[in-house]
Amino acid sequence: MNIAYSTELICFLILSSIIVSGSLAVVLLENIVYSAFLLGGVFMAVAGLYLLLNASFVAAAQILVYVGAVNVLILFAIMLVNNKEALKPIEGLKTRKLISGGVCGGLLILLLRVSITTKWNVPGPTSIGEEATYRIGEHLFTDYLLPFELASILLLMAMIGAIVLARRDVSIPSNEVDDFNNQKSLSDKKVPLLSKNSLR
Amino acid sequence: MLENSTGPVPLQAYLIVAAFLFCTGVWGLINSRNAVRVLMSIELMLNAVNINLMSFSSYIDGSIIRGQVFSIFVITVAAAEAAVGLAILLSLYRNRVTIDMESFNLLKW
Repeated sequence: MNIAYSTELICFLILSSIIVSGSLAVVLLENIVYSAFLLGGVFMAVAGLYLLLNASFVAAAQILVYVGAVNVLILFAIMLVNNKEALKPIEGLKTRKLISGGVCGGLLILLLRVSITTKWNVPGPTSIGEEATYRIGEHLFTDYLLPFELASILLLMAMIGAIVLARRDVSIPSNEVDDFNNQKSLSDKKVPLLSKNSLR
Repeated sequence: MLENSTGPVPLQAYLIVAAFLFCTGVWGLINSRNAVRVLMSIELMLNAVNINLMSFSSYIDGSIIRGQVFSIFVITVAAAEAAVGLAILLSLYRNRVTIDMESFNLLKW
């Protein structure tokens, strides 16, 4: 029992308590902004767990992508759909919460039983530590090249899809017909990006 | 800290944390009335799966780290799905002016 042991144990306990309490707060708190910031805390704690698991590249990717992009996107969405309506109480909500809590508790017990009673082949090969970044690069270009390319196409599709879904309704401007019931807003007047003389 | 298998934290501890995170995400997914909270619960579930993959990769597959590569793909897909999901949410909000999941029941029998 030396310092490295106890440090690793204490780090794991702190990070897992942040994850457990943060995730409970994300689903239970009323205020959605608190939930969103605590979700960022959960993501950071998960990145800390990846560091304990000798995975520095994935920890950095987790922080960059999840905390830096996904969490910020969620906060933007919360700010954009910021209505403070009081939700109509529906009947049967408590029953639904209890029953689904029971089902999720059963699922948790099942998962705990599987993870505790299975004899995992635990002392595996020696971990490669910081060489993992090189190995991930090799994997992505040799063994996992097809998923890598498909992931890039997926990201392209997601970007195009998100832009198309979230833009305002674009109406095709008809310059030659006068619009007597003036339905078009000022933003629909399309200003051309290039002037007519620039493509000479 | 290079060798996890002989360290103080057993593999089962990471699996327990991941199982708890997953079940919390499932509960939040079923019971949230706010649509943004539903998307946050989905992200919790994906993180739980990632913790599982990474812990198996570190304890059992330390040299070929296939779990870490898989986790990178899961992170990528989760980011794409969060973007599209929030775009759908915005479009829904523009048309219905509410994000209460109980009121999106046109397909209900």
